[in-house]
Amino acid sequence: MAGAMKARASVKDGVAEIRVLMNHPMETGQRKGSDGKMVPLHFIQNVTVKLNGKTVVEGQISQAVSRNPVFSFRIKGANRGDKIEVSWLDNNGDTNKTETAVA
Amino acid sequence: MDGVRREVMTRAGAAGTVAAALAAGLLKPEQVFAANWNKDAFHSKSAVDALARIGATNAADSKEIVIEAPEIAENGAVVPIEITSNVPGTKSIAVVIEKNPFPLAGQFDFMDGGVPFVKLNVKMGETSIVRVIAEAGGKYYAATKEVKVTIGGCGG
Repeated sequence: MAGAMKARASVKDGVAEIRVLMNHPMETGQRKGSDGKMVPLHFIQNVTVKLNGKTVVEGQISQAVSRNPVFSFRIKGANRGDKIEVSWLDNNGDTNKTETAVA
Repeated sequence: MDGVRREVMTRAGAAGTVAAALAAGLLKPEQVFAANWNKDAFHSKSAVDALARIGATNAADSKEIVIEAPEIAENGAVVPIEITSNVPGTKSIAVVIEKNPFPLAGQFDFMDGGVPFVKLNVKMGETSIVRVIAEAGGKYYAATKEVKVTIGGCGG
């Protein structure tokens, strides 16, 4: 299930850099668990970054993204105090999001 | 008012149908929830197919795309890749790991201030060319970088 999620954003020379951490197993469906059975495919498919409520980056990803994904994104024209929201949606329909202010 | 109500009811009906189909096992969850997920491209088992399905068959090589990745990755489970496209007007960046079982690892669309840049960690099963495709002005541009993998990352 959806674990903790963290994001941090800081602005330099008019460009905000956002670093986000997601807790997710990102199972490839090609691995056997301790019970000897294949662990089902379970991975984040969509990642969305919003600046003050407006979508700025929309990512579609596969099971090839590493477990507990970490991403960095950049946004031009963001100012200190602006609101950044990052959310994800996985192949089981689970979703999570986090918010941070640009520092 | 009636128009709004009708739309609400239609949507509710559609959602109900989806739930019923799900319950009946007719649809896999991934087909239902991820409306905006290029299933055909992500399910492609070869880089050529994946590229065709994102529409990037005739990508021109470009030095304006910068890929930062290790030459040798000791652990294929976590390979950091940083991509910047300096192609003017880049709207989208796709990452294709040619030797992975499903080569397309991700596609990122940028709008309203989103800089065509992304840093992510990927799994690599074996040594492979990492191909990055940038889309700008309806055209496709490509750059590649080989990453040697000593321990593959697909076994978990």
